[in-house]
Amino acid sequence: MKVTLTVNGQSVIEDIEPRTLLVQLLRDRLQLTGTHVGCDTSQCGACVVHVDGRAIKSCTALAVSCEGTKVITIEGIGTEDHLHPMQEAFREHHALQCGYCTPGMIMSSIDIVNRKGHKLDEHTIREELEGNICRCTGYHKIVKAVGAGAAAMAKSSA
Amino acid sequence: MTNPSGIGQSVRRREDFRFITGNGQYTDDINRPGQTYAVFVRSPHAHATIKSLDLAEAAKAPGVRRILTGKDLAADKIGGLICGWMIHSKDGSPMKAGGHPALAVDKVRYVGDHVAVVIADTLNQARDAAELVNVDYDVHKASVDVGLTQKAGQPQLHAEAPNNTVYQWHLGDKDATDQAFAKAAHVTKIDLVNNRLIPNAMEPRAAIGEFDRGSGGYTTYTTSQNPHVARLVMSAFIGIAPENKLRVIAPDVGGGFGSKIFIYAEEVVCTWASKKVGRPVKWTSDRTEAFLSDAHGRDHVTTAEAAIDAAGKVQAVRVKTIANLGAYLSTFSSSVPTYLYAPLLSGQYDIPAIYCEVDGVYTNTAPVDAYRGAGRPEATFVIERLMEVSARQLKKDPAEFRVHNFIKTFPHQTPVIMAYDVGDYPASMAKALEMADYKGFPARRQASIKRGKLRGIGFSAYIEACGIAPSKAVGSLGAGVGLWESAEVRVNPIGTVEVLTGSHSHGQGHETTFAQLVSSKLGIPIEQVSIVHGDTDKVQMGMGTYGSRSGAVGMSAIFVALEKVIKKATTVAAACMEVPVDQVDFVDGIFEARGTNNKMAFGEVALQAYVAHKFDSSVIEPGLKEGAFYDPKNFTFPSGVHIAEVEIDPETGVTKIERWTAVDDFGTIINPMIVEGQVHGGIAQGIGQAMLEGAVYNDAGQLVTASFMDYCMPRADDLPSFDVGMTTTPCPSNPLGIKGCGEAGAIASPPALINAITDALGHENIAMPATSQAVWRATQQSALRHAAE
Amino acid sequence: MYSFDYQRPPTIEEAATALASSPDAKVLAGGQTLLPTMKQRLARPSVLIDLGGIAGLQSISRKDGMLVIGAMVTHHAVANSQEVKSAIPHLADVAENIGDPQVRNRGTIGGSLANNDPAADYPAAALALGATFKTSQRTLSAEDFFQGLFTTALKENEILTEIHFPIPKRFGYARFSNPASRFALAGVAVAETAAGVRVAVTGAGADGVFRVPAMEAALSKSFAVSAIAGIAIDVKLLGSDIHAGADYRAQLIKVMARDAVTMAAS
Repeated sequence: MKVTLTVNGQSVIEDIEPRTLLVQLLRDRLQLTGTHVGCDTSQCGACVVHVDGRAIKSCTALAVSCEGTKVITIEGIGTEDHLHPMQEAFREHHALQCGYCTPGMIMSSIDIVNRKGHKLDEHTIREELEGNICRCTGYHKIVKAVGAGAAAMAKSSA
Repeated sequence: MTNPSGIGQSVRRREDFRFITGNGQYTDDINRPGQTYAVFVRSPHAHATIKSLDLAEAAKAPGVRRILTGKDLAADKIGGLICGWMIHSKDGSPMKAGGHPALAVDKVRYVGDHVAVVIADTLNQARDAAELVNVDYDVHKASVDVGLTQKAGQPQLHAEAPNNTVYQWHLGDKDATDQAFAKAAHVTKIDLVNNRLIPNAMEPRAAIGEFDRGSGGYTTYTTSQNPHVARLVMSAFIGIAPENKLRVIAPDVGGGFGSKIFIYAEEVVCTWASKKVGRPVKWTSDRTEAFLSDAHGRDHVTTAEAAIDAAGKVQAVRVKTIANLGAYLSTFSSSVPTYLYAPLLSGQYDIPAIYCEVDGVYTNTAPVDAYRGAGRPEATFVIERLMEVSARQLKKDPAEFRVHNFIKTFPHQTPVIMAYDVGDYPASMAKALEMADYKGFPARRQASIKRGKLRGIGFSAYIEACGIAPSKAVGSLGAGVGLWESAEVRVNPIGTVEVLTGSHSHGQGHETTFAQLVSSKLGIPIEQVSIVHGDTDKVQMGMGTYGSRSGAVGMSAIFVALEKVIKKATTVAAACMEVPVDQVDFVDGIFEARGTNNKMAFGEVALQAYVAHKFDSSVIEPGLKEGAFYDPKNFTFPSGVHIAEVEIDPETGVTKIERWTAVDDFGTIINPMIVEGQVHGGIAQGIGQAMLEGAVYNDAGQLVTASFMDYCMPRADDLPSFDVGMTTTPCPSNPLGIKGCGEAGAIASPPALINAITDALGHENIAMPATSQAVWRATQQSALRHAAE
Repeated sequence: MYSFDYQRPPTIEEAATALASSPDAKVLAGGQTLLPTMKQRLARPSVLIDLGGIAGLQSISRKDGMLVIGAMVTHHAVANSQEVKSAIPHLADVAENIGDPQVRNRGTIGGSLANNDPAADYPAAALALGATFKTSQRTLSAEDFFQGLFTTALKENEILTEIHFPIPKRFGYARFSNPASRFALAGVAVAETAAGVRVAVTGAGADGVFRVPAMEAALSKSFAVSAIAGIAIDVKLLGSDIHAGADYRAQLIKVMARDAVTMAAS
């Protein structure tokens, strides 16, 4: 069946099976392979994207349920020359190693700032990252990056 | 002038741009024209005979191209998966290994074992058809318990291995050890289980096999830590194609931790099947398959004893371990509980006699192989729990007791193979004690008690052996391969540099650290350097990344190749400047003719090397490209002290890690930021092992913890921030002085945390993972020691 | 996932008709449990009827002294609703702690209650508060609605539309999480409404969410932590698995009940 949505600002019309997950539409049809799949049970958060401004797990949403929505993926934040402040913070603070969880982490982190503001303490960041699993970093530097990225987002939006 | 991208600088990672923008290219991100999809039919039983396999209905399903079984593999003379390290039992007999076909032929031996592969035009079609494969199983009882599997009457996995025993190995001097125990003033004895872990790199394994009819060659894209070893094994042992007709590409790999070292059934089958199907064949593991079929880690049952004299010196250690190898021997599984384990039992201590016996056993569980640390965490857990319990039994301060027993002069020959070259163990202990404010601990404990909480502190003074290892030495111990590393440095005509390395990067940041070495050595900006790895068509032979070897071995190879490049470039520069070679100095990227004003930048010399206008090409060969195969001279011995401090809520058993102090000696550090990251990640995995993670099979051999719903992965809110410090004694056995840092955190942390928890509880022992429930039950068993005090 | 047909009706009536017309049809709310189940091929609906297109199921209001929450209201919306925060502040906290942020943006109160996962939070809150459940056909009390593990009184062609919560005098909920799944190992909701004091436990029961009459009686006499201090939970009522034995769950219920009472009393 046909689904129409906006992905990273571009209108998309695709004919898909109803069982197509949003992440499958993004990866297999639109070649937006920055969104990853790390589990089957909606736990790891490698697939997090924003739908209508809110972070969701794109492995746990049918693409057809997202009819008419605006989807933003990791490819849709920042530009070649001006990375999103959260992307910059992840690089600056060495918040990634293998990079597999990173797109989901960054999308979740931006969502945390959108919900909780620019001044985030360590406890809040750790609690809010509950839906994202990283096996490489021990989270230490991710936590630092999210705090710094949140502050930087305040500056860039000011 | 300090080179901002030189050795010792926290250069920001050059690989990060593609990862933070979603432009990484992992295996599953690759799609080949016309590709088909493979789904493996897996055994739902832990132990069964395949009575019949009916493919008829599945073969008729929409989109199905081919269904292949073990019989098809055998018909094509495709060999089974191999274990590349021969272990001999103490009676001298070689290990008793059963066959390991990539697709089962008559028997399945664990839940998830591969029965058949269905290849279809879409993934959904392959999945749908796989459910239609009708397998008639004769289900047998399973042998699941590592402690019981050798006992009489247990189900037998392989006819080749009576009593499910692969080997009964030993190391050390039994008589000397027994004599020391006979004379001991005090004997500490402890029973330990090193819990079974599931690696869970966040990127699930994946493979694409592609056959090119034109060239008759295969390409395998795979999630591998060592693509060259994968090619070697698939060619020389499994027999898919000769090496020159098999290209293995490991693109961006999303974490490995050991689990992507091994050569698995899926990549073998996809490669082989691509010719049969006439199209590329892609397989991507889902997480459930990863739980079932990735090689697991650890899984030891151990009894350990220490003999201590009246002066409080450990005189001997005696260890008996049963190591679970799972249902088949994975690629390096036999070496992990033997040569990667027992030689580390001396820890940081001067122990005159050590004797260790290890039985490697089969069970109806997934194969067990190297997982971050591989044998060394198990050894460290044994010795560091022994030291802690000994100190408590002798009523000695655990830090002082360790220092009292530390090796203080180097080199030091242990009774279990290893010759430690350098270290300063008291220095790291002193620094750790200060960073952890050990002096302030009693007051913090009192404050906890006032709040109704239990507080404990735990130490771990670990050593590991990295940079594995001189090829001749490992060969004499049974290794099937040499463990050198290779590098090729290609200088381009305008002075940019490509380094081809056999050390694969899957999170370690080689594209940055290796380039830092080149930038330092050649005095050129890091932007002019590219690091190439992960493709057997581009890179000469390589041995891959595991065992914290990329720095100590891989970078040493680059170092040697760079020396050759500088030597060659110096001859070119000398010819161009018309001075003798020994009159040319190379400083900060400039070749200077001593005593003259003549100088040439590195790039100018490169250009001259390629245009070859200014030297006699019958004397100096044009071009600037050098290679090296570096074989390590010794293991390297990173060491350090970790201190964990915990507070336990006795009502619920919730254990909060209040502080974590790590002081490590990794020798020379190329990039402190990256090294810290490695330490953090290792600690997190060790904390996971100690408190959260544990693979559980039920008696029928079903994996009960087969998803993140039941297998507890450490998350951000489970962990503290870590205090990480360094001490440095450069390694004398490699040119850069590097020891290695990749596994230290995972090696050090489990005993530190268990020592802290048991200190808080006033117990000698608690099993890993020490979950809230386990800790609460422990509190129920004892009066609250500290409250009483 | 198995193949299925997909419908997104605009009204509850059409949804109910669609549901009735196909025996293997299933309702899709937020999908945070159903979709993972389908991905693992543990469920095989022939038709999914997505309630996401029905505007009327997404409102929160106060009616006749009740807090009325539409079945398709997400956990995030409940957690951040001024209406909820003013009527039953700690019900917002319940929603704020379900799953993780991404799940809360998609998961719905109706989906959670209709699934009746024995380790979910909302069933305990709804049972303790004495909520009533409005469906496409009728109105059910919480007692009648919850029927044991993953089972409710909802008939095959019946759709949960609204949950009506009485405004309590006080309400609290405390959960001890399963370390892996983050569902409840033991969650205790305590509420005092016009109908009296109720205590409901989730995560721990061998047969799903259940009430604790002894605690209710004690708290009715004196709504204080001390009133329930000596009350033990019969371990025979409790579940036991690799994460927690019945003995540990019993202990956790005591501690969580105390915390919930403290929260409610504050």
